[in-house]
Amino acid sequence: MKILVCISNVPDTTTKITFTDNNTQFNTNGVQFILNPYDEIALARAIELTEGGKGTVTVINVGEVSTEPTIRKALAIGADDAVRINAKPHDAWFVAKQIASYIQQNSYDLVLTGRESIDYNGSKVAGMLGELLDIPSVSIIKKLDIEGDLAVVEREIEGGKEILSIQLPFVAGAAEGVAEPKIPNMRGIMSARTKPLAVVEPVEVSTNLTFSGFEIPAARGQVKLIPTDDSASLIGLLHTEARVI
Amino acid sequence: MAVLIYTENAGGKFKKSTFEAISYARAIADETGTTLTAISIGDVDPGELALPGKYGTDKVLHVCNGQLKNFINQAYASVIAEAAKKENADIVVLSNSFSGRGLAPRIAVKLDAGLADGVISLPEISGSQFRVKKTAFSGKAFAIFELTSAKKVISLSPNAYQVVEKHAEGKIEEFIPELKPTDFKALVKEVIQSADKVSLPDAEIVVSGGRGLKGPENWGMLEELASLLGAATACSKPVSDAGWRSHSEHVGQTGITVSPNLYIAVGISGAIQHLAGVSSSKVIVVINKDPEAPFFKVADYGIVGDAFEVVPKLIAAVKEYKASA
Ligand SMILES: Cc1cc2nc3c(=O)[nH]c(=O)nc-3n(C[C@H](O)[C@H](O)[C@H](O)COP(=O)(O)OP(=O)(O)OC[C@H]3O[C@@H](n4cnc5c(N)ncnc54)[C@H](O)[C@@H]3O)c2cc1C
Ligand SMILES: Nc1ncnc2c1ncn2[C@@H]1O[C@H](COP(=O)(O)O)[C@@H](O)[C@H]1O
Repeated sequence: MKILVCISNVPDTTTKITFTDNNTQFNTNGVQFILNPYDEIALARAIELTEGGKGTVTVINVGEVSTEPTIRKALAIGADDAVRINAKPHDAWFVAKQIASYIQQNSYDLVLTGRESIDYNGSKVAGMLGELLDIPSVSIIKKLDIEGDLAVVEREIEGGKEILSIQLPFVAGAAEGVAEPKIPNMRGIMSARTKPLAVVEPVEVSTNLTFSGFEIPAARGQVKLIPTDDSASLIGLLHTEARVI
Repeated sequence: MAVLIYTENAGGKFKKSTFEAISYARAIADETGTTLTAISIGDVDPGELALPGKYGTDKVLHVCNGQLKNFINQAYASVIAEAAKKENADIVVLSNSFSGRGLAPRIAVKLDAGLADGVISLPEISGSQFRVKKTAFSGKAFAIFELTSAKKVISLSPNAYQVVEKHAEGKIEEFIPELKPTDFKALVKEVIQSADKVSLPDAEIVVSGGRGLKGPENWGMLEELASLLGAATACSKPVSDAGWRSHSEHVGQTGITVSPNLYIAVGISGAIQHLAGVSSSKVIVVINKDPEAPFFKVADYGIVGDAFEVVPKLIAAVKEYKASA
């Protein structure tokens, strides 16, 4: 089985987010970039599913050369090889078109993404890929098992879950529950340096979306502290002042 | 021209987020001077189909087909895109629910439309400019972008837009879509709903507990407070990792993002990864025995105290408030 895992390179949640040029550019200065946490889950499951010679795992990233440390991390965790599509990931549509075009030339049995990238939290790439390739897609899965050319997945729904049976190939966005992220070991780190990383030039894509800028949310006012003895008064305040109950 | 809204139902009833999306779509239709058509797929209770009209829907397309009884992402996306073409809709609105997230990107590709996902306010429309706003960087910023394509797909964040009643005809029409067999390669085997519980992503009030509660046996008081307030329950990641609560309740960067009107955090320190999932809540209440807990910095109301003393007092106060209301 050939599995393709789409990985994105995102700012670590703990880094401070700032903008430049009159709030139109994200300031990458001093920002720590990491492998998107959900993609780590997808990668971990892909490795489990192919363990013991049952298949191969390729990771793919649309990004400039600066994303290579993240790609090498994925190789260190256990991917067999990697592809970098050499372009700035303008938006989900651009990314999906690049990856779809790559998949059309190199078929895969299963394509995994993360449920969302933690920068724009879009959950868009998986569905777009599914549509571009005309195969099923499930945006957010909590469990994934494969038996022959049929998969059983658990999908999250509001207040519950759904169990689906899906014919391979398909695309799914991994979330917490699908697997435990794997930490690279020393052997992985050593071998990552020599595993193949192909660089592919992008295809032409017409855009349908442009970024205009960013805003920083207004800071919340000072917290109103309520003495413990008077806890009960909170309920009144939530009713009369905050008007939320 | 028209605006098309996909009306999602759960267990035969339209969801609250659906009415938010209808109201939102109506406002866009008014702004652009067009009509609003709703599409409903699958089994809805008789009577439900009359409801979109109360919120400003001119026409309701009803798709009733045994093969579409359960949600099938690929097939539903085809049906909605087909309806959009038939209605000549240039804007399709969905709610950014779990199903909406699956549908929106597929519909956008089918219609060659730009996709604005998880928007939190009405678009700013001037001339051919169409600007939308969403939260980005796990709630640490808003991103504003422009859809430049002729057709547009917009998914609305839950709890971001107020439901507005507005009477319109809401004429119900059967819509018989063309089904492609290749759209049915994924089939729902089972739907498991946790009974009687308020669904977390849609909840207006969330009562959430962290490691400060010490163990699963102490969740009874949170459940009681939640049920009195009509709230959903949630937890921090270590709590679900330890198996005290199910993973489906875990909010934050790696869990569910919520944006309720009221988020009550009990015994949660307020780590940045937790805040990522809750920072767009309208009002935040923090109960923590440590006055230095970072959560107080983003809270509107705070009680510095022991959860085991404070929560029972709150329960008593809510009971009293309800008795007098
Ligand atoms: C990549 C990554 C992703 C993560 N994703 C998430 C995520 O999605 N969601 C998430 O929640 N976390 C996430 N975390 C973990 C996060 O960093 C914190 O460790 C976690 O949120 C802490 O949970 P907590 O507040 O319940 O526990 P603690 O940090 O242990 O805090 C417990 C709090 O309870 C208070 N307390 C103790 N006893 C009492 C009492 N009797 N009464 C009142 N208060 C009391 C304490 O003062 C303390 O503030 C992630 C971490 C990483 C590295
Ligand atoms: N630049 C990228 N290169 C490769 N995969 C990506 C890229 N951006 C996003 N993805 C994949 O798409 C998933 C969802 O991203 P998004 O739709 O942006 O929320 C991520 O978890 C990744 O698996």
